[in-house]
Amino acid sequence: MPFDKNIKIPNENEYLNCIRCGLCLAVCPTYREYKNETDSPRGRVALARKSLEDELILSPNLVEQMYSCLACLACNDICPVGIKPADIAMEMRHVAEQVKPTGWKNTLFGKVIANPDHMELVTWPLRVYENLGLRWLVHKLRINKLFPEQLRDLEGMLPKQPKNPLRKELPQISRSTNESKYQVGFFLGCAQSLMFSEESAATVRVLNRNGCTVITPKETVCCGMPAAGYGRQDLVIEHAKTNIEIFEKEDLDVIVTDCATCGSKLREYSVILENDPHWAEKARNFSSKIRDISEFLMSIPLEKPTGKFDARITYHDPCHLRRAQKVWKEPRELMQMIDGVEFVELPEPDWCCGSAGSQLFTHYETSTHVLDRKMENLKSTGAEVIASGCPGCQMQLMTGIQREGLKIKVMHPIQLLDQAYKSQDKEE
Amino acid sequence: MDQQIVTQLVKIVGKKGVLTSPEDLAVYSYDGTFEECNPDIVVLPESTDQVSQVVKLAAKERIPIVTRGMASGLAAASVPFSGGIALVMTRMDKVIELDLENAIVHVEAGIVTADLQSYVEKQGLFYPPDPSSIRHSTIGGNIACNAGGPRCLKYGVTGDYVLGLTVVLADGSILKTGGKVIKDVVGYDLKSLFTGSEGTLGIITEALLKLSAKPKYARTALVEFSSIDDASKTVNEIFLAGIVPATLELMDQTAINCIEEAMHIGLPIDVAAFLLIESDGVEEETTTREIQSIAKICEKTGATKISLAKDESERANLWKARRSISPSLARLSPNKLGEDITVPRSAIPEAVKRLKAISQKYGLPIVIFGHAGDGNLHPNILFDKRDPDQMKTVELMVAEEFEVALALGGTLSGEHGVGTLKRPYMEKALGEVSVCIQKKIKQVLDPLNILNPGKVLPD
Repeated sequence: MPFDKNIKIPNENEYLNCIRCGLCLAVCPTYREYKNETDSPRGRVALARKSLEDELILSPNLVEQMYSCLACLACNDICPVGIKPADIAMEMRHVAEQVKPTGWKNTLFGKVIANPDHMELVTWPLRVYENLGLRWLVHKLRINKLFPEQLRDLEGMLPKQPKNPLRKELPQISRSTNESKYQVGFFLGCAQSLMFSEESAATVRVLNRNGCTVITPKETVCCGMPAAGYGRQDLVIEHAKTNIEIFEKEDLDVIVTDCATCGSKLREYSVILENDPHWAEKARNFSSKIRDISEFLMSIPLEKPTGKFDARITYHDPCHLRRAQKVWKEPRELMQMIDGVEFVELPEPDWCCGSAGSQLFTHYETSTHVLDRKMENLKSTGAEVIASGCPGCQMQLMTGIQREGLKIKVMHPIQLLDQAYKSQDKEE
Repeated sequence: MDQQIVTQLVKIVGKKGVLTSPEDLAVYSYDGTFEECNPDIVVLPESTDQVSQVVKLAAKERIPIVTRGMASGLAAASVPFSGGIALVMTRMDKVIELDLENAIVHVEAGIVTADLQSYVEKQGLFYPPDPSSIRHSTIGGNIACNAGGPRCLKYGVTGDYVLGLTVVLADGSILKTGGKVIKDVVGYDLKSLFTGSEGTLGIITEALLKLSAKPKYARTALVEFSSIDDASKTVNEIFLAGIVPATLELMDQTAINCIEEAMHIGLPIDVAAFLLIESDGVEEETTTREIQSIAKICEKTGATKISLAKDESERANLWKARRSISPSLARLSPNKLGEDITVPRSAIPEAVKRLKAISQKYGLPIVIFGHAGDGNLHPNILFDKRDPDQMKTVELMVAEEFEVALALGGTLSGEHGVGTLKRPYMEKALGEVSVCIQKKIKQVLDPLNILNPGKVLPD
């Protein structure tokens, strides 16, 4: 064993049974892009095994192969043996981080992301950029055309910034506008609060309209996905405990989130803490209450809007929703109950968009190549709107649309329903 | 690897086409078996011309070349036991021409077979061979191993669709053989020589493939039997009635349990054998009539239950289940060794009986499934290679499996190929004269023995 026994490593049952059949190569976005075994799930499992068995050293290049994984989970799903190559890649990031910790990760994931006030402070320049009209100016004067390609793409990724984070504006309790039938906890994700506040405001409005009293605790911290992605599983455990404790104080039927990524991580708390006697049951209880917004709405008697939303609409399955949470029917059903929606299925709707959180920063070439495939499929639909309930996917799709010079709107499915209700209210 | 050679390879295929890091070498060390051995360098060419230059360099420097696609092979044919160059064809994945009028497609060797299929199907055409690895294998690999698959019963194997090949020979010269003609008897049939040669005679870089019209309709039946004998007899009865179904797949109880454990699709786990039968055709009526005739035959031969797939998704599920048997065996034990012996159709019940006897004698389970229509069986021995005693037992069992095949007038491999794993049995299977002439062919085509050395033929 090449590693100190205090270092948490994947269990050998997780990788030894790989029979190397190669099925995962067919569905891996990075393999399909480069046609190189090193970029494949089977390759990553082999590298993990060889480093854990001391055949290879845990070199920067080996660790990089773990970071090149988009964690789209397609390999986990297709593996006939039940190996989870994407999970192994994540765990190997954690191994690397334990062997050689990186200081900036501690600051970013341990201090900044762990505190909503800090998060709001560091993203303040983005809101200034938007709200003082600087962004308008940059676009008007075409200064953004002078940016290098990657910076231009990153700027295009930035959604319209709210004046204030939603966390500051949303009341702790938003009562149902009619008879209250459900006590719903709302886990307001960081990206939703800071970047996509209009979407989460719509989520709360739609819930209130459908018999839900919504309780939004303000002191919640990051779900933990970014820390997990950068190999800090230890911090995820801290985040999990904080969030569980906060929601425990409320008497709730369900805990809803409108962020695919948050939802998948929150559901995982029960697994992350299953061996901790003090936390196991609390975590199980918490995770069993987690619902994606579309999943929850389709499970209750939902008011069918009589208002319309006239558009040809397609839908991109976030990996964290379809594969991590098995939610894929509900968002489609939700949108198709709206009059005027002409729904058209996207080819390869669940093929990763290449976002994977921050892949556009860290693996620009791969990320944009994978995105190009998504854009080809999107163009073939002739859709005017592409819906997707994940901030990461939405930002990536916006980048792709800007790169291609398309006129397609990116929305959250909940916004379609909210707007249909609004148009109904106007008519009434 | 000598730095000068690396530099020259980079000059030929570009920087991105040459991989040398320990991590890269490690992941190009294996295929779909448990064997592994690192190459000295990995080269990913993008054209026939580049392959030719790489081979010229390798010939000059006497470096072995092991060609591979996606390395899903089950005979360790693409494991680079002698080191040297792992020549990876996956970046040569273009369709060069789709000739609609003649129904012929010209492709590069690295195209994924399923991609090729869906490409031609968009034009209403059909490339029938369907190895289980269809989504994770390349057409070049399929040709080099003459891959089969369930549908080959009616439509023939990969080699039956090869009209022409571009092959880089061991001295780097480029051979073009065959062409866009269905009949061709001018000279020796070289394309057939390279088909199934497992990279030992030349490097296939392009292929001209025959296509047909896509059958519009398919009806699939899953038929249960209380004995494997009844299932086998049914196969013969179907042919005697003048029916050639598209597929006729056999699964025994162990295989069924395995699928059920992996996929939970509700298969009964107490049934001795299943036949998965599919009819296809251009007209719905004839296709339905054919599957109904088959059902009637099955009733007479002792089927205990016949279920017809109601729609496309039910059909797709059945096939997904069938394709996943081999990989899902690993849920039952850490390792498996799958062979693909082939016997005359009539000998299937006897072969199954003898395989089960081997399992009993040595105490390790053998899961049996396969293409009953063409006598091609896949007995899979389940074991744990961490146990050295089991490893030894497996070797003995495999040898006995081959004995069974040969004794019943069959052969060692129907579609996986020889690679390294079946080499020791070649002389017994083919006889001295055949092995001797094959060695001479190898000698003529690859005098320096640099093309996939140590594979197929015994020393």
